[in-house]
Amino acid sequence: MSKKYWETLPQGSVVLEAGNSAKFKTGSWRSMRPKWIEENCIQCMFCWMYCPDMSVKVNAEGKREDFNFDYCKGCGICALECPGKKGNKAIVMEEEGK
Amino acid sequence: MTTKPLKLRELAKGEDRFAYGHRMCAGCGAPIVVKQVLMATDYPIIASNATGCLEVSSCIQEYTAWKIPWIHSAFENAAATISGVEAMYRSLVKQGKIDDKQVKFIAFGGDGGTYDIGFQSLSGAMERGHDMMYICYDNGAYMNTGIQRSSATPFGANTTTCPAGDVIPGKLQQRKDLTRIMAAHDIPYVAQASPGNWMDLMKKVQKAFEIKGPKFMNIIAPCNRGWRSRTDDAITLAKLAVNTCYWPLYEIENGVTKITVKPKEKKPLTEFLKPQGRFKHMFAPKNKWMLEQAQGYVDAQWERLQKEAAAGEAEKTPEE
Repeated sequence: MSKKYWETLPQGSVVLEAGNSAKFKTGSWRSMRPKWIEENCIQCMFCWMYCPDMSVKVNAEGKREDFNFDYCKGCGICALECPGKKGNKAIVMEEEGK
Repeated sequence: MTTKPLKLRELAKGEDRFAYGHRMCAGCGAPIVVKQVLMATDYPIIASNATGCLEVSSCIQEYTAWKIPWIHSAFENAAATISGVEAMYRSLVKQGKIDDKQVKFIAFGGDGGTYDIGFQSLSGAMERGHDMMYICYDNGAYMNTGIQRSSATPFGANTTTCPAGDVIPGKLQQRKDLTRIMAAHDIPYVAQASPGNWMDLMKKVQKAFEIKGPKFMNIIAPCNRGWRSRTDDAITLAKLAVNTCYWPLYEIENGVTKITVKPKEKKPLTEFLKPQGRFKHMFAPKNKWMLEQAQGYVDAQWERLQKEAAAGEAEKTPEE
């Protein structure tokens, strides 16, 4: 983003574009990376509900897809809350960059 | 407007009204609270925000994570700000200058901005009877400025302004029970919720939006930085808080108390305290009295709540 100066900023520090925080990618904060194992996934959607960063992608049918790594901060809530299938977790945390 | 069904798969198809790219810490409980609150309803919402973690990290200079009209003015006046917005909206509708779109008004505040600094404006707005909802996300200290104690900080917690040392072992006072204080305002709806019990939380939000008048919800929001826990246990701790009865889930509707989620088995409080580094010193042998005192307080509060709920139950069933 180009720098803005006082002449170009909206008056009163108003932000005119709703949800434009999406331009700021927080994925680089991550030190642990969640890995989605599709065959263990029962589509319970808990990961989606509990993700603080809205980083679980959902398709038009309401089914989950892979993570949105542009924004995932790697907190690991999804992996901890994942019930998995027959005791096998559908989300595991791995070290980033390995 | 009909209340929408709370089915995860249906909800997941909808659009989030709180966007990614916000700069809350990894594993923070507050964005989970905000997302669940905004997801519970399709009503248009206007929100105000007290200064706090949520405010500073969701709206940084020219970026905002909010997809709803949102205003921040200061620390102490989130409730006054939104009550002004609500009064203006009512006036404009009455004058016929805008159409009534059934807009709902929410003020978000942390425990510092609600229990302490924003308390006078919150109390005033409730007394004036504005049609608004105040949501406090309670993480139990001023986390944004570096974990200073607030009146929501639980007994025994180690914070930077009540550090646990040889002489004084953390905070020596019990936390203020704000939910009950708000109930004492005799407003139509007061509730306590936890993001770990998302269904219960969203049901309460839906219920509150159908009630006219001032509403208050107190929602626990785990903070791994301040609670000195892991980044991945926000939801686990939120559930443990409920299951140990440290944070009972209940609502008070028109003065009638109802416990909405009763833990299947009341767990000992130590299960909630143990994973949190801020209570580490309480597990030292010489501080055993602190664990006993903390448990005693939770037990007494739970006992009282159950009595109130029983009285509410009796009130509902008419006597023969």
